[in-house]
Amino acid sequence: MSILVNKDSKIICQGITGNQGSFHTEQCIEYGSQVVAGVTPGRGGQDHLGVPVYNTMRDAVAATGADVSMIYVPPPFAADAILEAADSGVALIVCITEGIPVNDMIKVKSALRDHDCRLIGPNCPGIITPDECKIGIMPGFIHKKGRIGVVSRSGTLTYEAVYQTTTNGLGQSTCIGIGGDPVRGMNFIDCLELFEADPETDGMIMVGEIGGTDEEAAAEFIQSNVTKPVVAYIAGVTAPPGKRMGHAGAIIAGGKGTAEDKFKALDAAGVATVRSPAELGSKMQEIISA
Amino acid sequence: MNLHEYQSKRLFADYGIPVPRGIPADSADAAVKAAKELGGDLWVVKAQVHAGGRGKAGGVKLARTLDEVREFADGMLGTRLVTHQSGPEGLPVNVVYVEEGSAIDRELYLSMLVDREVSRISFIASAAGGMDIEKVAEETPEKIFSVAIAPDAGLQDYQARQLAFGLELDKKQMRQFGDLIKKLYQLYLDSDASLVEINPLITTKAGDVMALDGKINIDGSALFRQPRLLEMRDPSQEDEAERDAAEHDLNYVSLDGNIACMVNGAGLAMATMDLIKLHGGDPANFLDVGGGATAERVSAAFKLILSNDSVAAILVNIFGGIVRCDLIAEGIISAVKEVGVSVPVVVRLEGTNVDKGRELLANSGLDIIAAEDLTDAARKVVAAAA
Repeated sequence: MSILVNKDSKIICQGITGNQGSFHTEQCIEYGSQVVAGVTPGRGGQDHLGVPVYNTMRDAVAATGADVSMIYVPPPFAADAILEAADSGVALIVCITEGIPVNDMIKVKSALRDHDCRLIGPNCPGIITPDECKIGIMPGFIHKKGRIGVVSRSGTLTYEAVYQTTTNGLGQSTCIGIGGDPVRGMNFIDCLELFEADPETDGMIMVGEIGGTDEEAAAEFIQSNVTKPVVAYIAGVTAPPGKRMGHAGAIIAGGKGTAEDKFKALDAAGVATVRSPAELGSKMQEIISA
Repeated sequence: MNLHEYQSKRLFADYGIPVPRGIPADSADAAVKAAKELGGDLWVVKAQVHAGGRGKAGGVKLARTLDEVREFADGMLGTRLVTHQSGPEGLPVNVVYVEEGSAIDRELYLSMLVDREVSRISFIASAAGGMDIEKVAEETPEKIFSVAIAPDAGLQDYQARQLAFGLELDKKQMRQFGDLIKKLYQLYLDSDASLVEINPLITTKAGDVMALDGKINIDGSALFRQPRLLEMRDPSQEDEAERDAAEHDLNYVSLDGNIACMVNGAGLAMATMDLIKLHGGDPANFLDVGGGATAERVSAAFKLILSNDSVAAILVNIFGGIVRCDLIAEGIISAVKEVGVSVPVVVRLEGTNVDKGRELLANSGLDIIAAEDLTDAARKVVAAAA
C-alpha cells in the first residue's frame, strides 16, 4: 500500500503540450506512471507523448476513467485549471504551477469545498509512491520503495530527506511535497492522518519552514492522533523577520511563524526534531531500529 | 510590490474612501506650491519611503507656516530615512507628501490581509491605533477584532458591525465605517493586494471617519494583470542586489554574515544557512538559483555574491534533480574563471550525474574544496571563512 497514488492511478496532464508539461510528463511516463491523457484547450484530437489530447477535462475523464490530474498550466490560467479538474470528478489534483496569485487560490480553496477531491500544491514538487507512480517534478531515481512517509513544504529539501532514507535503506512509502504557498491544498495534518492509517508506513518525516502556523497545528494533531514516530525539521532558523525567503509563504510576519516557535511546538508534542537537515534519515533509523 | 503612502491614498480616493487632501512634491519649491494650493494654516510634510516608523524617525513633520513646509521638505528630500523597519542604511527620500492638517479625535487601526489558517481575506481592527499593533496584539489581544471574509458571500453587514462596535464608533461613524470597509474590500480584490493597512484610521473632531495613513502591498504574482499598479513601482526603494537578482531569476536576500551560499531551492537554501550557523558560522545571504540553474545563472549568482565585500568564503550546495550535476559543475568552473573568485569555494553536489560533476571539478585545476555531504560542507566552509 501507500497513500493517495499507486500503480493503478490513472493520470491526466493539464497543460501537457507546454514546455514544462511535456518535459515532466515524459519523465513521469518513463518512471512508469500511467499517464492516460492530456488536456490543452484547442488541441483536442491530437496525440502528444503517445497519449490522446482532449479539449476539456470532462472529455478526458469520460474517455479514460482517469482519477488524478497533474497541472503544469501557466499561473494566469492555473486556478481555472484546478477548478476544471475538480468539476471533472477526479479524486486528486496535483498542481505544480508556481506563482498563482493568492487571491485566486482563496477562491479555489473555497470552491473546492463543494467537491469530493483533494488538492496537492500549488507550487510544489508533487507526489510519488516509489516504483509505482511519480506525479510531479521530483527526480525519480533518488527514491526507494520502503516504509517511511515524507511530507514537506519544500522541493529540494524534500529530496535531501528522501535521499537520506534511501541511502540508509529505510526507503519511502509515499512522499508528498505540499508546496510553499500561503494558501494551498493538502496540509501536514491531512498527510499525517493518511500516513497514520496506512499499514505500510512505519514512520513519518515532516519538513517544515518559517511562515504561517501549519507546523504548530500539525504538532497539536500529532500529540493526540499520531502513534507512529515522526521526525521533523524546520528550515529558516537564521531567516530575518519580514524578509520573504523565496517561497511566498516563507516569511516571518507579525512575530508569527518563526522556526523556534515551530521547533518548540513539535518538541512539546513528542516529535523527534533535528536541528540539522543532515540528520533526518539517521534520526529516523535510530528510532525505527530501537 | 509596495506602494508609497501617496499612491495608496490616491487609490483610496479613487474608491471614495475619505483621506485628507494632499499633493506629492519632489522639491522644496514644489512642496511650498503644494501647501499654497491646499490652503489653510496647518500642513503635514511626510517622507515617502517603503518603511513604517517614519514618525519616530523624523519623517513626518507638522508645519504651521510655508517657511516651515520649505524647511522640512528641504531637510527630508535627498536624504536617507532610517526607521526601525528600513535597515541601518535607510531608504532614499525622493518625494515628500504635503497634506492638509487634520483635527484628530481618536486614532484607530485597520488592516486587511490573508488569514492563512482559514485561507480567507480578513479585516483586523483595533481601537488602539497609531501604536505598534504587534505589541497591542501580544499584550492586550482583547483589543484586537478580526473578521474573515467568505469569498463567495463577500463582506457582510454584521461583520462590519462587529468591527465598528469593537472600535466604539458612534452611529454616524458606524455608517461611514461600514461604507469605508466595503470600498476597501473591493479595492483589495481589484488591485490584488496582499496587505492594506490604515494606521491610524481616525475619527475627526467633526466626528467623521478618515484614513490618515495608507499602506498597500500588491501580490507580486498578480502583477501580470495589474499594469496600472506596476507603473507605480519605485525601484529606488528596493535593495539593489535583490533587484539585480530578480532580473536573473535569482532569489536573493542579503544578511550580515561572511559565508555566502548558493543553493537550488528555497527550502534547501534556508536549511543551508541554518547549517552554517549550526556549525559556528554566519551566512552572508540567502540565494536560491532555482530549479533550472544554467551556467549563465550560476555565473550571475557568483557575481552577486561577490558584490558583498564581507564575503570570506562561498558554499555551493546543489541537489541535482532535474538539473544535472555535470552541467552545474561546468557552470561553476566557467563562473569562477570568468568572475575571478578570490575567496575559498566549497562545493557539495548530490543527485543526477554527481560522479561526472565531481570529476569535472576535481580536474578543473581550480582551488575548489569538494565536500562529501551537507555536514562536511558546512564544516569545511566555516573553517575556510575563519
